[in-house]
Amino acid sequence: MKFTKFVAVCAGVVLGLGQAMAAGELHFYNWGNYTSPELIEKFEKDSGIKVTIDGYDSNETMLAKVKAGGHGYDLAVPSDYMVKIMIEEGLIQEAGVDEMENFKNIDPKWVDVYFDPGRKYSAPWQWGSTGISLNTAHYDGPKADSWELVFDPPEELVGRINMVSEMGDVINAGLFYLGMEKCNSNKEDLKKLNDLLVSAKQKWRTIDYGVIEKLTSGDVYASHNWNGASMRARLQVPTIKYIMPKEGLLAWADNVVLLSDAKNVEEAKTFMNYIMAPENAALISNFARYANGIKGSEEFMDPEMAKAPEIIGYDGAGKPEFIPPCSQEVTEMYTKIWNGLLK
Amino acid sequence: MALVETVPGPTAQHTTLSGEEATAQAERKTRRLRWILLTPALAIICGIGIMPLSIILVYSFMSPGPYAGISWEPTFDAWISLVLERDIFDDTLQLNDAHISILFRSLWLALLTTVLTLIFGFPLAYFIATRPARQRNLWLFMISLPFWSNLLVRTFAMMLFLRDDGYINNVLLLIGLIDKPMILIYTEFAVAVGLVYAFLPLMVMPLYASMEKLDFRLIEAGYDLYANRLQVLRRVIIPLVKPGIVAGCILVFIPAIGSWVTPKLLGGGKGLMVGNLISNQFGTSRDWPLGSAIALFLMLMVMIALIIYVRNSTAARDHG
Repeated sequence: MKFTKFVAVCAGVVLGLGQAMAAGELHFYNWGNYTSPELIEKFEKDSGIKVTIDGYDSNETMLAKVKAGGHGYDLAVPSDYMVKIMIEEGLIQEAGVDEMENFKNIDPKWVDVYFDPGRKYSAPWQWGSTGISLNTAHYDGPKADSWELVFDPPEELVGRINMVSEMGDVINAGLFYLGMEKCNSNKEDLKKLNDLLVSAKQKWRTIDYGVIEKLTSGDVYASHNWNGASMRARLQVPTIKYIMPKEGLLAWADNVVLLSDAKNVEEAKTFMNYIMAPENAALISNFARYANGIKGSEEFMDPEMAKAPEIIGYDGAGKPEFIPPCSQEVTEMYTKIWNGLLK
Repeated sequence: MALVETVPGPTAQHTTLSGEEATAQAERKTRRLRWILLTPALAIICGIGIMPLSIILVYSFMSPGPYAGISWEPTFDAWISLVLERDIFDDTLQLNDAHISILFRSLWLALLTTVLTLIFGFPLAYFIATRPARQRNLWLFMISLPFWSNLLVRTFAMMLFLRDDGYINNVLLLIGLIDKPMILIYTEFAVAVGLVYAFLPLMVMPLYASMEKLDFRLIEAGYDLYANRLQVLRRVIIPLVKPGIVAGCILVFIPAIGSWVTPKLLGGGKGLMVGNLISNQFGTSRDWPLGSAIALFLMLMVMIALIIYVRNSTAARDHG
């Protein structure tokens, strides 16, 4: 483990946490700007467990760090397909979520999920979709219901678009736009996809994680974005609208999982049970603005969540769709396309 | 080594021993002491220098694991795909455009940074060196002030200046020089500005150190011999401060070519530099062998460039 850790360090991966593990500690590795500070404060008060948080910007970054070992984290928050990969790779352990006290609160439709049937490994954190945020102050024309907005943008948006730095999200967005099969290994299809992305890139300003700031500061007028992040941007700039493209879009569900090399297993399980209580799950959603999959949490949420189009959808919205992990062969080709795109 | 050799020789204080024995014993002692003193440095070099490097070397000859990590099947694929790539669409082998353009961009930006910091740093260092001795420390203190805060924080601060509604654009709009915001941030220009800002002190410090030792009577002598200002600069000052120039260029070029934070934040995820390319291999791209190969390749390039550079500049000094 030490060896691989060295490699990770040399690769420029900064280990964010000290290794000292006293009792009553919990090291939580979550997406950046995604953990409700209020929730953590309340949890620390209720349980006496001290929580440290570190952030990442993509599932793959998290995977690399966890796989390298020596990270010191107990819990991470992979998205659906990544939960499946991490189970297969033996990176997470059974936490017995289905035997926890608050398990009964999970909405039945989030129990038998494809990535963890019956919920042995993972507790629901939040779920949502990946669509587009558009600042309608700058454009509100006919392309505003389609992926065309970012792949063949109107003149007003050229050079004013951000895409998220997630390979899967970007490639699947392209596949939705072209109406192609997902996890596609057809070379002709992929060539078209590649051409599309390469030509669209000329019209993008950035490919970056800090979406909310870019939208609210006016650096970009439209961004590939997650629904909750779009709502947070709208609460600061009212003209920002979440678009669920008519061609369809990616659905995702992030889940709290217990890492195989966790040092604070009991504390971690306490936390997993804790976040499945409706009043606590509501805190998660009130901060990051996504739905959480816990029954009864709506009562404790901000009233604006209940009528937010980002959360409940709107007429004419495209349908969010889950996409399980693709085969190694497909992933390799995606990676080549993605690398070529980022150069 | 020189330090150890000058350790005073044994004196014949141990009268119970014969002279020869005493010498041998003292020598053993010195040798032991030498190793004890060297141990921490050696441990650091081996522990966090050579060992991880060897692991990277081994990794670069393996195959990537299915979801990141390493699968232990030896192959040259990583090194080959550094420059060549099998086209995913028609399977022909061709130059890897992505990697080559990123390497060239890094090289170009690092060279540009070095030249610009030299141009800006030289007069600055000269200015400081010509102040009265008492003022110099204050100036040096101000130069080193940015190092008191983290590079990440300083780069975020740069973003506040460069963005569309940032300070630069706002001021220019206010005084009417431009009528709509200039595109500054998320360009190669922004990355270059960030790099120059970050590395300028690294150039000024060694330049100042050699200018401080400059014998200003030589400059006067130059003028006395009818040299004009440019000639004095070229034939007197520059040759004398050359060690500082060399040291400054090395100190700036190496971290600049490997920089990660600046292109990541100011480049906006497009227009990567090689540091970002390497970190991508350990992240999204899930290709640790390739990441290792690129990291080693970069080291190799820097080493070769350094050897050539240092050899040339010392040769020039010998002739001068």
